[in-house]
Amino acid sequence: MTDSKAIPAGARLPPEKRFILLASRLWAWAFLGLMIAFFIIVVPLSGGATFLTLRNAMNILVAITPVLLLGLGQTFVIISAGIDLSVGWVMSLASVVSAHAIRASFNAGAPLFLAATLGFLAAVGASAGVGLVNGLIIAKLKVPAFIVTLGSSFIVRGMALLFAENTTVIGLPAEIRDYGNESLFYLVGGEGGGFYAFFRPDVTGAMLRQMDRIFTWPVVITAIVVIICMFILNRTQFGRHTYAIGGNMQAALRTGIPVERHIIKLYMLSSVTAGIAGFLSTLRFTAGSAVIGDPLLLSSIAAVIIGGVSLFGGAGSIIGTVIGALIIAVLTTGLVMMNVQAFWQFIVVGAVVIIAVLIDQSRDLILGRRGRGS
Amino acid sequence: MSQPVLSIRNLVKRFGGLTAVNDVSLDINPGEVVALLGDNGAGKSTLIKCVSGVHLPDEGEIRFEGKPVSFPKPIDARSAGIETIYQDLALANNLDVPANIFLGREVKHRYLGGLINTLNDKLMLTEAEQSLATLDIQFPSLTQPIESLSGGQRQAVAIARAIYWKARLMIMDEPTNNLGVPEQQKVLELIRRLRDQGVPVILITHTMPDVFAVADRIVVMHRGRKVTEKRTGDTNASELVQYMVGALDDGREVAA
Repeated sequence: MTDSKAIPAGARLPPEKRFILLASRLWAWAFLGLMIAFFIIVVPLSGGATFLTLRNAMNILVAITPVLLLGLGQTFVIISAGIDLSVGWVMSLASVVSAHAIRASFNAGAPLFLAATLGFLAAVGASAGVGLVNGLIIAKLKVPAFIVTLGSSFIVRGMALLFAENTTVIGLPAEIRDYGNESLFYLVGGEGGGFYAFFRPDVTGAMLRQMDRIFTWPVVITAIVVIICMFILNRTQFGRHTYAIGGNMQAALRTGIPVERHIIKLYMLSSVTAGIAGFLSTLRFTAGSAVIGDPLLLSSIAAVIIGGVSLFGGAGSIIGTVIGALIIAVLTTGLVMMNVQAFWQFIVVGAVVIIAVLIDQSRDLILGRRGRGS
Repeated sequence: MSQPVLSIRNLVKRFGGLTAVNDVSLDINPGEVVALLGDNGAGKSTLIKCVSGVHLPDEGEIRFEGKPVSFPKPIDARSAGIETIYQDLALANNLDVPANIFLGREVKHRYLGGLINTLNDKLMLTEAEQSLATLDIQFPSLTQPIESLSGGQRQAVAIARAIYWKARLMIMDEPTNNLGVPEQQKVLELIRRLRDQGVPVILITHTMPDVFAVADRIVVMHRGRKVTEKRTGDTNASELVQYMVGALDDGREVAA
């Protein structure tokens, strides 16, 4: 009566389907590689400068930091089947608030590093506060995240503009720009040049123009945040629960996962990474800006989606979002260097977003994937 | 006979004017499979939800392993050892088998005095393997998202999870629904194996062949009342159907 194998072995995926699965996972990497190869060849042909230079690569990294930071928290939120539309204006608010904190504390006699630290804390505090309110309304009052964060983005927009008393907070100590623009390594080309770490070499004139900054501090901080986010998502219970909530909310509830508290933390995390982006932009431009973040919101969501995060929740990765942000930045830089009119960037990025989703969907279709329930 | 694992006495549950469960008494003994039969709205789901902590009964008593119990929340019933597997299995399809077995109760490495905790996926994988092995369940791969598993296999994951967490009473709601015939057989086989390991099972079902395949005893409900209780060998399908539709009623005969 008892036959030994209770459940028939599930059909292993046939090779061609496994290939499709692999291809759909790696397509973003492949696309990024192909795009870089394309620009290396085509940019010089169209009369532009060499595409693949150290300076260009570093410029791309600097350019993606804010978009990536917005996307990192968003990755968690979207994996949990939510959305956070407020991060753009949260970044602006954090930029304004941190600029105020830096200016006030520096004018009160605080040393530069302390002023910057206070600016950081102000940015994180203000953004965490917004995230807490978002999360509370979404988790406790069960209002859809789209609505809550749409509403709060308007509120935060108003707050950012009010605090900035228009759009910009200036009068920050000039030295703060070093935090935003100096770098971990320096490479000075030409005669008498060399490789330097941590401190800017004392060079002037032509040599200064030949100096490359490798990994500016905002890039370094963003890289650290990327690593922390990867750790949290892949290695901790918090990450596991994020996937579970996005995969099957009912299962998460019934297995005793503290879903409400988790959702609140998710929106705080999303706000805080945006707040860090705001703080870094204040350092970079030596000014707080109430309009810096909003244009980046949609780019950051695009990066997340290109990176393979499912808007239905349950799937995605941090490294995917990094690739997504890189694809957008490389695309933009390459097109600019080809002297293509700037508006074409939008058209191309939009097409890539839609293609990315089509690839994900065709994978599900080919693999006969079940719905997300049960 | 040893003391019943679960003992329900004169349980009543009302929703407004409707008496969903009317004065039902029922015993479940160790290592026995009891089928709970009844038409839609007969009250079997409500009865079960009173046991699993979804509803609080209005009257009557529930004793689990000899002690009177009250479960304000489902989690209370689960921590007492009563595991309910609903038709939606409470599995996250995007996670693998160990992640599902340990969902909400993950095993962690602790670092810096608990300041930083990471998932101990290795331990969870070996534990999951062992837990499946005790039920004689074999999967090609435990580390794929379970959306690639069949319905019966996912049912098996849900059962393995309950067993791993030391369920001492298993309630299963229509476990063979939406499964192909071979898969149905495998799930029934699992239920028999649970019984052989001494875990009693309450099986809520409409499916007559399932009842005769695994149940030791059959309880039929009709309009909130328990209308009969039979050993499987003492009855047949057509008699049970008559009880289910209300044509036969032991309670009425006794009362008359």
